[in-house]
Amino acid sequence: MEGAVVLLDFWPSMFGMRTRIALAEKEIKYEYSEQDLWNKGELLLQMNPVHKKIPVLIHNGKPVCESLNQVQYIDEVWNDRAPLLPANTYKRANARFWADFVDKKLYDLGSKIWKTKGEEQEAAKKEFIDCLKLLEGELGDSLYFGGKDFGYVDVALVPFYCWFYAYEQCGNFSIEAECPKLIAWVKRCMQKESVAKSLVDREKVYEFVLQLKKLYGIE
Amino acid sequence: MADEVVVLDFWASPFAMRVKLALSEKGITYECKPQDLLNKGPLLLQANPVHKKIPVLIHNGRSICESLIIVRYIDEVWTHVSPLLPSDPYQRSQALFWADYIEKQVYDLGKRVYVAQEDQAEAKEKLIQCLKTLETELGDKPYFGGDGIGFVDVALLPFTTWFYTYERSGNFSIQESCPKLIAWVERCRQKQSVSDALPHPHKIYDFYLLFKEALGVK
Repeated sequence: MEGAVVLLDFWPSMFGMRTRIALAEKEIKYEYSEQDLWNKGELLLQMNPVHKKIPVLIHNGKPVCESLNQVQYIDEVWNDRAPLLPANTYKRANARFWADFVDKKLYDLGSKIWKTKGEEQEAAKKEFIDCLKLLEGELGDSLYFGGKDFGYVDVALVPFYCWFYAYEQCGNFSIEAECPKLIAWVKRCMQKESVAKSLVDREKVYEFVLQLKKLYGIE
Repeated sequence: MADEVVVLDFWASPFAMRVKLALSEKGITYECKPQDLLNKGPLLLQANPVHKKIPVLIHNGRSICESLIIVRYIDEVWTHVSPLLPSDPYQRSQALFWADYIEKQVYDLGKRVYVAQEDQAEAKEKLIQCLKTLETELGDKPYFGGDGIGFVDVALLPFTTWFYTYERSGNFSIQESCPKLIAWVERCRQKQSVSDALPHPHKIYDFYLLFKEALGVK
């Protein structure tokens, strides 16, 4: 169980934040290594030769790639504290389903919101809000997606909050107005130290998005 | 109490085949309920309201959706027979990585090949690269799972029923570029559990010819 833990990451990545939260929940000491995605280093290319992407979790010299995979790995190895996945098999499948839903939808729709304009942007905004409303429905009256306790789906989703401000500015809409229950859930999560210290400042993310827009020549 | 296991299915779907393959490997009796995908019925819409897609596993009245999630569920419920995922967390993370790689690549690239638009040549090349990467991962093992069929084998095998369709529509040979992978396919097909669960590639090709329009081929 013990052994060196290194995280190859990029500060605004919502995927990297998932792994940061999981490590913090389990109180695991690790070395954080900021990567330059425009000039990928040897270690990243060696540890993730297939996708060449962050985050990469390196445990005892061996890489685990893909953020949800990393969260599950962390949960399984450090299984003596702060469980993230439910013990019940059916509930576990349900948690994986909703984390997968977040993965399938939010990143691409969010990207469309800041990258496009006009009809394409409007369609993306609408579908994005529809997805968040579905998630609100799944949350119901629970404190967290994990029920009484913070869990796997909470970890999968909460990092996207850092990008909401950028989406709102670029798309000229308010996520809180449409999904107040979800924002209330975010605020509950932010009271947890593991979340507060893993998430980044949303204005800094917006500045980063503006830089990306300039870089890609997007208006 | 006997388990009630139902699969909402479509016979040509590689995703549904994964579920049937996992159940077959574990020797689990189930009821297959084929679905009309052009005219989705209330059972499917109720069982998978979010995506409205097959496959859905209904176990004692409760639905599980998304093929790889279903396969993991099957592996965890019927844990004492033919385990699909390794027990070691690191080995497990590797298997999950490769299944995710297959998920991200094979279906989309294969579709771009059989839909045969301007990007077909690029899709063919990327598909071959992807299959070669998987061949390298297989290495000298008889199966991706090692000595027996595992999670990655279950994730990939159904797509091999579409290989003939990709080859005919793209006019190329997967065997030529990836002989070791084809050897693996043939090895798997010799197992009763696999040949029971997977349709013959020529049947998939006939389906493709019949339903070209519905599949998006112009």
